[in-house]
Amino acid sequence: MDPTRLPDIDQSYARPRSIGEALSLLATGDWTVLAGGTDFFPGLRDRPVTAPILDVTAIDGLRGIRCDGAYWRIGALTCWSDIIAADLPPAFQALQQAAREVGSVQIQNRATVAGNLCNASPAADGVPPLMALDAKVVVTSQAGSRQLAVDAFVLGNRKTALAPGEIVTEILVPKSTSRGISSFVKLGARRYMVISIAMAAARIATDAQGCITAAAISVGACSAVARRLRGLEDRLIGQPATPATLALATAGDVAGLSPIDDSRAPAAYRLGAAAELVRRALSGCLPDLTPVLSADTPSEESGR
Amino acid sequence: MKIEFQVNGKAVNVDIAPTARLTALLRDVLDLKGTKVGCDAGDCGACSVIVDGAICCGCLVAVGQLDGAKVTTIEGLGNTAAGARLADAFLRHGAAQCGICTPAMMVSAAVLLDQSARPSRRDVEGALGGVLCRCTGYRKIVDAVLDASADDENSAPALTPQRRAAVGHRLARLDGLAKVNGTEVFGADYVPDGAALVRVVRSPHAHARFTIGDLRAFKGDHSGIEVILTAADIPGHNLHGVIAPFADQPVLAETVARFVGEAIAIIAGAPNCVTGLDLSAFPVTWEPLEPLQSPAAACDDQAPRLHAGRPGNILVEGHVERGDITRGFAEAAHIVEGKFTTPYVEHAYIEPEAGYARRIGERIEVHACTQAPHMDREALALILGVETEAVRVVPSACGGGFGSKIDLTLEPFIALAAWHLDRPAYIVFTRGESMRASTKRHPSEICARVGCDASGRVTAMDFDGVFNTGAYASWGPTVANRVPIHACGPYFIPHYRAHSQAVHTNGPTAGAFRGFGVPQAAIAQESLFHDLAETLGMDQLEFRLTNALDNQQPTVTGQVFAEGVGIKACLEALRPAWRRESAAAREHGHVADGSTTRRGIGIGTCWYGCGNTSLSNPSTIRIGLTATGQIVLHQGATDIGQGSTTVISQIVADALGIGIEALDLVGSDTDLTPDAGKTSASRQTVVSGTAALRAGEALRGMILRQGNAGSDAEITLANGTLSLCEDGIARVIELANLETNPHGYVLEAEETYDPPTTPLDDRGQGQPYSVYGYGAQIAVVSVDMLLGTVKLERLIAAHDVGRAINPLLVEGQIQGGIAQGIGLALMEEYIPGKTENLHDYLIPTFGDVPEIESIIVEVPDPRGPRGAKGLGEHVLIPTAPAILNAIRDATGARIRQVPATPARVRAAIEEAWEND
Ligand SMILES: Cc1cc2nc3c(=O)[nH]c(=O)nc-3n(C[C@H](O)[C@H](O)[C@H](O)COP(=O)(O)OP(=O)(O)OC[C@H]3O[C@@H](n4cnc5c(N)ncnc54)[C@H](O)[C@@H]3O)c2cc1C
Ligand code: FES
Ligand code: FES
Repeated sequence: MDPTRLPDIDQSYARPRSIGEALSLLATGDWTVLAGGTDFFPGLRDRPVTAPILDVTAIDGLRGIRCDGAYWRIGALTCWSDIIAADLPPAFQALQQAAREVGSVQIQNRATVAGNLCNASPAADGVPPLMALDAKVVVTSQAGSRQLAVDAFVLGNRKTALAPGEIVTEILVPKSTSRGISSFVKLGARRYMVISIAMAAARIATDAQGCITAAAISVGACSAVARRLRGLEDRLIGQPATPATLALATAGDVAGLSPIDDSRAPAAYRLGAAAELVRRALSGCLPDLTPVLSADTPSEESGR
Repeated sequence: MKIEFQVNGKAVNVDIAPTARLTALLRDVLDLKGTKVGCDAGDCGACSVIVDGAICCGCLVAVGQLDGAKVTTIEGLGNTAAGARLADAFLRHGAAQCGICTPAMMVSAAVLLDQSARPSRRDVEGALGGVLCRCTGYRKIVDAVLDASADDENSAPALTPQRRAAVGHRLARLDGLAKVNGTEVFGADYVPDGAALVRVVRSPHAHARFTIGDLRAFKGDHSGIEVILTAADIPGHNLHGVIAPFADQPVLAETVARFVGEAIAIIAGAPNCVTGLDLSAFPVTWEPLEPLQSPAAACDDQAPRLHAGRPGNILVEGHVERGDITRGFAEAAHIVEGKFTTPYVEHAYIEPEAGYARRIGERIEVHACTQAPHMDREALALILGVETEAVRVVPSACGGGFGSKIDLTLEPFIALAAWHLDRPAYIVFTRGESMRASTKRHPSEICARVGCDASGRVTAMDFDGVFNTGAYASWGPTVANRVPIHACGPYFIPHYRAHSQAVHTNGPTAGAFRGFGVPQAAIAQESLFHDLAETLGMDQLEFRLTNALDNQQPTVTGQVFAEGVGIKACLEALRPAWRRESAAAREHGHVADGSTTRRGIGIGTCWYGCGNTSLSNPSTIRIGLTATGQIVLHQGATDIGQGSTTVISQIVADALGIGIEALDLVGSDTDLTPDAGKTSASRQTVVSGTAALRAGEALRGMILRQGNAGSDAEITLANGTLSLCEDGIARVIELANLETNPHGYVLEAEETYDPPTTPLDDRGQGQPYSVYGYGAQIAVVSVDMLLGTVKLERLIAAHDVGRAINPLLVEGQIQGGIAQGIGLALMEEYIPGKTENLHDYLIPTFGDVPEIESIIVEVPDPRGPRGAKGLGEHVLIPTAPAILNAIRDATGARIRQVPATPARVRAAIEEAWEND
């Protein structure tokens, strides 16, 4: 045994068991919150941990998904594998498809949905599906809780509305917006463990006649924060939910996005791809049309 | 903080910083070294362990999160039935090459098998998709897991070959067991007690002058630092380079740093202090200089010279010329041309460089993951200012090398620190450090032109390649020399001119990477061949057959082989697949069918000379017989996963006429094994293999002479006695009566082989290699026309290996090489400062390597051992061009810049539509 090879560090660490304990600690100091660690550790690069760490992973009652009167409630410690395994209505299909695309099984088993939001990466795969569900982020401090829409919570690249002393405790999906069926499409340069070049989520609800009664469409990695395409959503309302309707998604609908050029792709490509991804996400919401890119589309071979 | 949890069923109770990573706890505190660290960032999965039933990355788990958890590692897997089945299947399928990813693969597979009794291929890919492998191409891993999951007992047991039939046998690798049970010792897996940790201070600038500040004060401020060494502290020459006449690289830069990541100082001391040092506080003042960003900028008259005596920053130029290209092009009915660009490509072995050194009196011992122990030894002796004999290099298991672990990286640092401190010193590069400090594949800019007559015979080819060789020479001269010889591909081209330049810039040093520039050249040549055949309206395969080199035809250097030219045989072997896939592609794709994807197929080919270009590159192999009847094979060819240990043993066993299990192997160690040269240039099977064959034959002759036996006598070794059996009569040889030599042997054979080559004249004419290997591949792709994404459907590879000494290992090389070719074609681009990690630098994952059909072609070469040719590098050359040609076939788009990212493919498709 040679513990002398580990760094000598003098550092505070707390792993509270209750939310009350966590909040009172948070009220007293400048803590860095640690959940699944899948953004935290890579973010260290080669530096040792020096900041005081508030490890939230032992807090009771924050893991899992349940449904009460008005909401589906996703606890802050729910990891992507929990999302995949959960029995959820078809409106959550996009979120489940996104969950399968996050990194690898190794990552999905630790990485939390809340951490994905808090990390506020423009390429966070969880954001577009949650936006398409009109999810609310519950932010709690000793002073109480507040609810923020996803786009009011994620404010920019690596920027959130979290104030000192606050943590995310839950993500709420209103029953009213968990109707219909949703779909998620991710574009990356390889199959597993890849950050999105662009991605889109769409949710559509229809009436008995097959006409669209609700539409929610969002695009990620094409702006600092994923964006809903409200104009397109409005135009879809009242239209029949058929393949022909898909043609309604045009380049104009994504023109307001502001993608960047980076080593993964130039901006112009991202914009063109975004329109196509939106069409494919929409097609994934129609019965009998599976989106082309959704990687885990069951094949004859796959039992999933 | 005190933490209690279980590892492999045993209670563990430790006092440790709660934010330490689980990998550090397992490896450094509990000494469970089977769990590997490749990146410390979740990207490689080598650290995969099971925590409470779920697979996760040990490098992303804070030990504080473990309270009460149950952790299972590879060490715990061995005791389970599933673990044993997996280990057996991995061995039989050749699913472990270097073995650095293997523990993680096995642990991930164990979780899958626990959850699903009969997983599908897709399930296996999904469950293991988080673990990267750079060697195998993944297919054999999937096969092994499926095999281990099969409850039926029809999986073939690994058979030991019959006597005299080891060559040709699908023998599981002899060094495989340690790889599948996690006990293999890689560079970072053993650190002597009390060793000092070494860290390296590196330049953040591509080009900068620097002045080192007050070291004494810095040392005083940081207790635990024992020594800081700079250029001034190097006892011998502060200079190294793999090709002695071009040696230009300081171990520690003196006043100017020439690339991002160049070392300027090392710090050694107590690990717990040195590991946390903030190196950005190191006392140094930088004066940034204008960096040379590209060869074009470097060749400019006004550009500063990076090295004296290299005008225009040109390191070396290579040239081959045959016939008269003006006449050749005049005879052409069709001419195509193009400019092709390839980027820096990172080797991305999963094992970052690591090792330790210790001083023993006036000798230094270096244990590290290297591909070239004898070269290291000579270089280290010069650096330390000692005799070569004072240096011992013992390669650890090497977790992938692919050319980059030939150059010195960590070795001088640990040697210097151990020498100064007179106590062991170790280093483990971080992933970022590994990527910044190690060599890369040369970026290239190639302009080429090819013409053919109306019947499809190539009449002329003109080729100009500029290779960015980065800050230092490394293998730049080899690339510059190899490329013009190979740029023609395996074809007969009567009028040919090829010129290459290796140019210095302030980029990372470009060195050896599977193929030494030939994969880049093949992209240009095969793309143009495709376009020519298309212009002619000729079938792609027939066009290549029409032009394929044959026996008795001169190569572009004027070398004529009477036998052994195998490209036609490879192309013929592909014909059935080519017909089948052509038909399928026509059916799927070229007509609009409402789908957004188009199917296409393409061909790429290769030839590749085995061994150094026109240079002596001998290998020596020693085999000894002890007085107690043991046969000991000393073979210094480092096995970096490709299988040379196994292949050379197979050759020796048959040459001696004994069972392979009777050989005792002494691995590479400069004190114990004679020089078998470096593991590169696809030379080990051919060159060391020939030395091994001769040594085996020689020892057999000596043994037979002891008993005056005829050449057909059978040698039997049992219970310490050796007997010769002839015509049914057995005779025991009294070994104990024989005199023992200084190596401890009663009989010993040592043979050296140096392949015959001749230097090239100023027109590049001569015999650069004694043996070439050949290959051809077909890629089948589906391209998403709207998004530009390329999905590989299948690859079919036919490689002429002369004689497959071990078909299982041959397939492993083919699949692994193809995976790297896929990376080159579709996703890999190293951009200093941007893609210095495995998150942004993408290499193929499980889902990116399709089914691969390997066809082993055997056109024996009389100059190779038992007819064998090399293979290691050949396999990746045809892949990228085959893929690019398939994209062209599917879409009409010609990709001239790799990687063919979705954005580039989409842009090329749009361009093709505009030109339509
Ligand atoms: C190899 C790899 C591949 C990946 N692939 C993808 C991918 O494909 N798509 C994708 O979207 N992401 C990907 N990620 C990123 C990552 O897995 C996700 O963003 C993850 O969901 C983050 O959750 P976590 O629990 O691990 O967060 P942590 O790393 O623990 O924390 C992330 C950040 O959120 C804060 N935080 C966490 N929880 C809370 C909380 N409850 N309240 C307040 N602040 C909090 C932390 O302080 C920290 O700043 C990948 C990561 C890795 C290492
Ligand atoms: S070391 Fe943990 S994923 Fe690479
Ligand atoms: S065998 Fe997988 S990385 Fe070498």
